Amino acid sequence: MLTKTKRPKYLNLFKIRQPVMAVVSILHRVSGVFLFLAIPVLIYWLALSVRSPEDFVAAGAFFTSPWAKLIGLILAWALVHHFFTGIRYLLMDISLGEHLPAARMSAWLVFGVVGVVMLGVMGVMFL
Amino acid sequence: MTFRASGMRAWLLQRLSSVYMAAFIVVVLVWYVAADAISFTAWRALLGQPVIAVAVVLFFCSLLIHAWIGMRDVLIDYVPIMGLRLVILLGIAVFLLAMGIWVVFVLISVVQI
Repeated sequence: MLTKTKRPKYLNLFKIRQPVMAVVSILHRVSGVFLFLAIPVLIYWLALSVRSPEDFVAAGAFFTSPWAKLIGLILAWALVHHFFTGIRYLLMDISLGEHLPAARMSAWLVFGVVGVVMLGVMGVMFL
Repeated sequence: MTFRASGMRAWLLQRLSSVYMAAFIVVVLVWYVAADAISFTAWRALLGQPVIAVAVVLFFCSLLIHAWIGMRDVLIDYVPIMGLRLVILLGIAVFLLAMGIWVVFVLISVVQI
């Protein structure tokens, strides 16, 4: 006889405890989409920097207002995270650290490196 | 013959473009840290050098290809409705092509032939 068990159905992503590799992976995607959205910003900045001497100065002061700094910080995080997690995936492609213990450790390592680099970015931006 | 970035070719293009962009970013960062403050004319002259201009064009080619494959992968995973997915993909393709044309025009304005 079948008994009806009350198994919990955790479809709420915030209630599932994801392994660290999964968090690195989804943030790779999120940061990738952010960088996709940053493409026109980058080209606009490049166009500004070569247009005229005044615009060149404006391009140099691109991330100075508080809102621009916030966006700049988010984009800097996206680039740094995407860069280092990307290198982790490239290393896995050549069979470096593709098994569970190494992958778990490299995922934590990537978070550490991103954190340290972001502290440096914030130091340059705000100090 | 049509160009299709799918399967093995997409996988390879995504890796090749990522390696090129990573190297490019590191070189630019090292240059930025090492170089003195640069003037407007020197900046234009630098970008106008054929070797630099080609390297920048390659960077943007890599960026647009990488963005296309990446966004396509994300859409395939999260947008199951085929019609909607195709519409968004078409929008992204048009957007990326426009970005490519824009950056080519910006660079043409700099390169002295």
